[in-house]
Amino acid sequence: MKILGMKFSLKIIFVAVTLGLGLNSNAQNIEDLPLELLRGVMQPVEEAEEHYESAEHAEEKAGIDPVHHVLDAHDVHLWGAGESSFSIPLPIILWTENGLVTFMSSKFHHDDSGHHIVEANGMNFVKSHGKIYQLNEGEHAVAFDAEHHVANAVKPVDLSITKNVFAIFCVAIIMFLIFRSVGKQYKVGEAAGAPRGLAGFMEPLVVFVRDFSKENIGEGKYLKFMPYLLTVFFFILFGNLFGLIPFLGGINMTGSISITLLLALFTLIIQMVNSKGPYWKHILMPPGVPVALWPILVPIELIGVLVKPAALMIRLFANITAGHIIILSLIGIIFINQNMAWAGLSVPMALFISVLELLVAFLQAYIFTMLSAMFIGSAVEEAHH
Amino acid sequence: MELITPAIGQIFWGGLVFLILLFLLKKFAWKPMLSAVNQREESIQESIDLAEKTKAEMEALKLQNEDLLKEARIERDKMIKDATATSKKLIEDARVEGQTQQTKIVEEAQKIIRSEKAAAIAELKTQVASLSLEIAEKVIKGELASDDKQKALAEQIANDISLN
Repeated sequence: MKILGMKFSLKIIFVAVTLGLGLNSNAQNIEDLPLELLRGVMQPVEEAEEHYESAEHAEEKAGIDPVHHVLDAHDVHLWGAGESSFSIPLPIILWTENGLVTFMSSKFHHDDSGHHIVEANGMNFVKSHGKIYQLNEGEHAVAFDAEHHVANAVKPVDLSITKNVFAIFCVAIIMFLIFRSVGKQYKVGEAAGAPRGLAGFMEPLVVFVRDFSKENIGEGKYLKFMPYLLTVFFFILFGNLFGLIPFLGGINMTGSISITLLLALFTLIIQMVNSKGPYWKHILMPPGVPVALWPILVPIELIGVLVKPAALMIRLFANITAGHIIILSLIGIIFINQNMAWAGLSVPMALFISVLELLVAFLQAYIFTMLSAMFIGSAVEEAHH
Repeated sequence: MELITPAIGQIFWGGLVFLILLFLLKKFAWKPMLSAVNQREESIQESIDLAEKTKAEMEALKLQNEDLLKEARIERDKMIKDATATSKKLIEDARVEGQTQQTKIVEEAQKIIRSEKAAAIAELKTQVASLSLEIAEKVIKGELASDDKQKALAEQIANDISLN
């Protein structure tokens, strides 16, 4: 079902063009589209005959499951469906009981149902719903239990270069290339001239991040945290924008809870490592609060220490994922109704949300970085009474 | 549920890549950029401050110049006034002096004229007296040359006396 993601987008352009040219009377095209779509949709139905019909499958039968398309995957799917789909294969790296196993994701032949078995280092692997399982010794076919979970296999530690990891690499390389070339214009201990080229675009952003960080952390201390805050700002911004590029396999890197958890964790660690006395004094002995209330307030404050980065994590994850789901759902309207005319409604709406997402991409990078700076600022604050 | 389950692979690679990226960008971009931009801002601020200072100095200088000019003008006015007063006084003095001198000269001249006149008059009187005497002598000599004339005179004198 993952395969549908990009097919949708491609089809949409086709549909929009067709509508625009007034070709919607061409019966063949209209017939073609739902048929091809149905092929993808029908697959799980066939499966369902063999296996327990889960809620997820029922949803797939209805035509589209947008949540499926925002999840991580082991290859970057570009177009096509099933065996004929075209995707960028990515390396699969598994840490099993017998050591490291690596092979390319193309060995699964786009199978995500757990039926295609890949043999490597004497072990059998299957992929089911984006997860890789190692079949137990002696097993040669996957078996599902009543809840449609793989029953006769274990999950090895999956360190694969998945779609999201691929996106991380891409973003990191793009960032490095951009800022390496921008950085050449500047030298430590030398006043910068007027920024030229790409630096003219990046410098205002850098100065923007620096200014709100300086405001939140304090004049004398902010410089120490700038490398982290700048990296995190541009990492999120570039990640968000990278995920908005159409026809690129629906990358959802900053909408992955793993990545947002990691970034929030970095903020928390930096906050804790640099925390000063006054910060803990405010938490453990809240000033201006009667001592009788401390037993209530102190635990709340202590939970707050963890809730703040958790909120960072969820905010970014939810905003980006939600944007992707909305776009996929709007596009999905066409496929649920199996009528191309719905493109007239869903394409403009999806376009509107896409444009809105451009704003959100910037906004979320800003909010994450600004709040990180604020949390760090509160931790490094000196007593000022 | 899978949507909100963190994956170890992503965290591992993400953490690794992020830290490497952080290190590289810190070295190649953030440090030079922040340093150079801060430096530039400082230099701009310095330039502005300098310009501001120069402007203030110019203002002060202008004010000073104006003061100087004003003083010079006052000085000039005073000098002109003084000069005018002095010249007036000089002229007045000279006039007064001239007048006194003139009066004195005139007085002196009058005095001399008067004494000369007196002397001339005195001289004239003596001359007239002596001339009169001579004339009288000659007249008397003529008058008294005959007896008749002596008798007539005696008679006339006698008449004058009787008339008194």
